[in-house]
Amino acid sequence: MARKIHVATTINGEAVEFLCEARQSLLEVLRDTLGLTGSKEGCNNGNCGACTVLVDAQPVDSCLVLAVEAEGAEITTIEGIARDSQLHPIQQCFLEDAALQCGVCTPGFIMSAKALLDRVANPSDEEIRFQLAGNLCRCTGYDKIIRAVKDAAGRLAASGQKPAAANPNGSPARRGQRQRT
Amino acid sequence: MASSKRETKQYKVIGTRPVRHDGADKVTGRAIYGADFRVSGTVHGKILRSPHAHAKIKSIDARAAEEHPGVVAVVTGADFPDLKDKIANLGEGAVNLAHLGANVLAHHGKVQYKGHAVAALAALSPHVAEEALKLIKVEYEPLESVTWVLDAMKDDAPLVLDNVFTKSMGKKSDKPSNIATHIHFETGKVDEAFKKADVVIEREFKTASVHQGYIEPHVATALWNEDGHVTIWTSTQGAFTARQQTAELLQIPVSRVTVVPCEIGGGFGGKIAVYLEPVAAMLSRKCGRPVKMVMNRDEVFEGTGPTPGSFVRVKLGATKAGKLVAGEAWLAYDAGAFPGGMIGPGCMCVFSCYEIPSARVDGYDVLVNKPKTQAYRAPGATQAAFACESVIDELAEKLGIDPIEFRLMNAAKEGTRRVDGPVYPRIGFVETLEAARASEHWKSKLVGKNRGRGIASGFWFNIGLKSSAAAHVNPDGTVSLVEGSTDIGGTRTSVAMQLAETLGIPAEAVQPRVGDTDSVGYTDVTGGSRVTFATGLAAYEVGRDIERQMRERAALLWECDAAKVESADGVYRANGKSITFRELAGKLDETGGPVVGRATVNPEGSSNGFATHIVDVEVDPDTAKVTILRYTAVQDAGKAIHPSYVEGQMQGGAVQGIGWALNEEYVFDENGRMQNASYLDYRMPTALDVPAIDTIIVEVFNPAHPYGVRGVGETPIVSPPAAIAGAIYRATGVRMRELPMSPPRLWAEMNRGSG
Repeated sequence: MARKIHVATTINGEAVEFLCEARQSLLEVLRDTLGLTGSKEGCNNGNCGACTVLVDAQPVDSCLVLAVEAEGAEITTIEGIARDSQLHPIQQCFLEDAALQCGVCTPGFIMSAKALLDRVANPSDEEIRFQLAGNLCRCTGYDKIIRAVKDAAGRLAASGQKPAAANPNGSPARRGQRQRT
Repeated sequence: MASSKRETKQYKVIGTRPVRHDGADKVTGRAIYGADFRVSGTVHGKILRSPHAHAKIKSIDARAAEEHPGVVAVVTGADFPDLKDKIANLGEGAVNLAHLGANVLAHHGKVQYKGHAVAALAALSPHVAEEALKLIKVEYEPLESVTWVLDAMKDDAPLVLDNVFTKSMGKKSDKPSNIATHIHFETGKVDEAFKKADVVIEREFKTASVHQGYIEPHVATALWNEDGHVTIWTSTQGAFTARQQTAELLQIPVSRVTVVPCEIGGGFGGKIAVYLEPVAAMLSRKCGRPVKMVMNRDEVFEGTGPTPGSFVRVKLGATKAGKLVAGEAWLAYDAGAFPGGMIGPGCMCVFSCYEIPSARVDGYDVLVNKPKTQAYRAPGATQAAFACESVIDELAEKLGIDPIEFRLMNAAKEGTRRVDGPVYPRIGFVETLEAARASEHWKSKLVGKNRGRGIASGFWFNIGLKSSAAAHVNPDGTVSLVEGSTDIGGTRTSVAMQLAETLGIPAEAVQPRVGDTDSVGYTDVTGGSRVTFATGLAAYEVGRDIERQMRERAALLWECDAAKVESADGVYRANGKSITFRELAGKLDETGGPVVGRATVNPEGSSNGFATHIVDVEVDPDTAKVTILRYTAVQDAGKAIHPSYVEGQMQGGAVQGIGWALNEEYVFDENGRMQNASYLDYRMPTALDVPAIDTIIVEVFNPAHPYGVRGVGETPIVSPPAAIAGAIYRATGVRMRELPMSPPRLWAEMNRGSG
C-alpha cells in the first residue's frame, strides 16, 4: 500500500490535519477518518448531492473531491453552520416548515441552500429550484424545501445579514464543483 | 381543509404543527443513520454480483480471495443453511424462505438477474474488499433471459426457475412455468352486463419497472458475538421483520438476534426484505469481528427491489346515462426473479374506486430475469389505476360527461362491495371528488397552446396490523415513549402527538424513541400507511393506561375512591379538588412510585384512503417534453394529526408518481442487463422538474380510530400517471398507454403516420 499523504486544511473554522490515501474522497475522510458523518453518501458519483459541503464557499459534491485537494482549503460541513447553540436560519426553517421527512438528503440541501443564500439575498422560486437541482430528495416532492429556503432568505434579510459575495475572483474549479451560474 | 360533520371534538395537540422531536439531530447532521453507525474493530463487507441476467453457476473458486492478506472472511451460498420451501409470514405479506435465501445469496446453482449476489467477503477496508472481489473466480454458463412480462408467459420462454408451477384456483400446473400464480375474482354476470352497456371501451396498458429510489443505500452492520448472540444495526422499515428474516435464514432462534434500527433514509417499501443483514452476520461469524456492509448505488438499482413491470387490459361498459354496468381487467405483473410480486393488491385495486355491479379480474404473477420485485408505495395499485383511470377518462369523454361528475355518478361509498369481496365502511372518496371540483385549480381556466388538464383518482387500503408501545411518566410531567415503528417521515412525532392529546399535555412534553427488538414489543413494518393509524392507536391506549393509573394516584392523594376521580385535558378532579398532570407527576414517589403505561394493538381490516389529483401540463410540440405547470392533490386523511406531514406525504407521493409517469424506467439491453443503474441515467425528478404541489386535505372521520386517522402515505402515488396521461391527451390529442411517457415515446405517438 502506498504511503499515506498528509493534508492540512480548515474544517468548520478549525485547523485540521489528516492522513489519507491518494484514492480517498473528501467524503470518505470526513466520515470515516474525521467522524463527521453529517455529510451523507447517496450515490458516490456526484448525482445526488447528499454529500454537499462548501469548499472555499462553493458547494461541491464531496464524493467527487479527492481528500488531498482539501490542502489549504476552507471547508464547511453541516456540522459547522449552527453557531453558539443556535441553529442557522436555514436549519430552523427546515424544521418549522417540515422540509424533511427521512432527513438523509437534508444536510446536502441545507449546504446547497447556504451556498445560494450566501450569494443571493432574495432568490426567486425558480432560482432556488435551479440551485438545488443537484440535490435529490425522494420524500418531500421539494415543495416544502423550496418554502423553507425562501423563508430562511426572508429571515436572513430581516436580521440584516447581507450575502457575502462568495469568492468573486474564485479559486480554480475543483472536481465535484457544480458549474452553475 | 374540508372537514366532515361527524367530527366535532376540538383538539389541543392534534391538527397542530409542532417541530419534530428528532428535528435538531436531522438538520445538524447528528442523527445516526445506518452508514453512520460505528463500532470498534469493524471490518467491511462487499458482495460479488452476477454480470449475467441468467446463468448457471458451474463453479466458485474463492481461494485466492481467502489468501489475500486484507481479507478476513469469504462466504458463498454453501455457507448458509439449506432452506426448504417454507412460507414465513412477515407481517405485511408472506415469503418463501427458500426463495428469500436464494435471493440474498445464490445457493441453488444459478443466478436469475444481473446483480444477483453470488459471494461475499469482508476485508480491513472497503477498498480492499472491493479489490479482493475480483479474486473470486466464478464460472458461469449463460442462459437465455427474459425481462418483459408477456414474453415470460409464452410457452417457449426460458424458465427463470425450473421448480415453480402455476397455482390457479387451488390447482397446480403439470409443467413448470414462469407464471407462479393466477388470481381470479368475479362478481355478477359479466358477459350479460356488457351486452347491456351502451358504450364499451377496452384498452391495453404497459408500465416499465421503476425503483423506490430512496437516497440512503442499503446498509447493515452485524456482530456475531462469542456468546452466539447476533446484533444487527441496520436501516430497515421493520426491525422485527428484519430480525425474523435474519434468524430464519441463519436457522437460529429469534431470541438470538437483536436488530437495532438506525435512522432510515427512505424506504417506500424497498427496505422490508433483508439483503445484507444475514450476509454480514455470516461474515461476522466467520471472522469474529463486526462486519459493516454498504451498497453502492448501482447495487441498489441492480440488486434490490424494483416495482413490477406490467401489462394491463381494462374493459369498462356504461349506459348512456353514465352508469358503469360491467368491468373486466386482465393484469400481468412481473415478480422479478422469485415468485410473490404485487399482483394481489393490483387485482384488488383495479376497480376499487367504483361501484361496478358485474366485474371480472384475472391476474398473473410472472417470473422474469429482474431483481425480485418489492413493495413500492401502494404496491401494485399505480399500474392498475393508470389503466382503469385512463379508461374512465375516455368513457367520460365519449359519454360527454364531466370527468369528475362521471366519477361521482359511479363512486364507491359506504356499502359498496369491491370486486374481491370486502364491503366498504365509511369512506371519503366522494368527498375528495367534491373537494377537487370545488378547488380553485379545477375552476380556473387553462389557457395557452399545447396545454391540457387531467384528473385521476386513486385508492390504497391502509392497513392496521400489530404495534406495541410503552411510556413512563417523568417527575417533571413529561412522558418518555418507546414505540416499535421505525420513523421514515416524522411518525415519531405524529404518534407522540396522539399520546400528548390523550394525556392533555403538549406535544413537546412527550419524548418519543424508536426501540430495538429487545426494548419494545413486537411491531410490524413501517408500511401499508399504518404507523400513524396503528402505532398511533397504541400510543392512545398507552395514554389511557397512564391516565387510569394517574387517577388512582390522585385518589391516593385525596383519600377517595379512584372511580370518583375525573380527568380531562390534563387536569384530574374529584370532590372539588384538582391537580394537573404535571403536578401529579411530581408526586409519584409519594403515591407508590413510577407509572408506566403500555399497549399492544392489532387492528384488522383496512381504513381505505382515496385521492383525486388534478394536473396541468404543457407539451413541447418539437421535443415532446412534458412540463408540469400546476398540480393539486386532494386526499382523505381521516384526520390529519400533523397537517404538514400529511401534506408532505401527498406532495412526495405525487412527485414520485410524476417521475414514474414521465421518465423513470429500467432500461435493459438485449441480454437483460440494466443499462441505467445510476441516478444520472435513471433520472428521478429534481426540484427543477416539478412545480409547487398544492394539497387539499379532506377529513372524513375514520370510526375505527379514536381520532379518526386513516393513514396517508401510499395513496398519493396512485393517481399521477393517469392524471398526466389525461392532461397530455388534452394537450396533444394523443392518448398514451405506456409508461413512462418519456419524450421518445410521446414524440413517436405524436408523429405517428405523419412521417
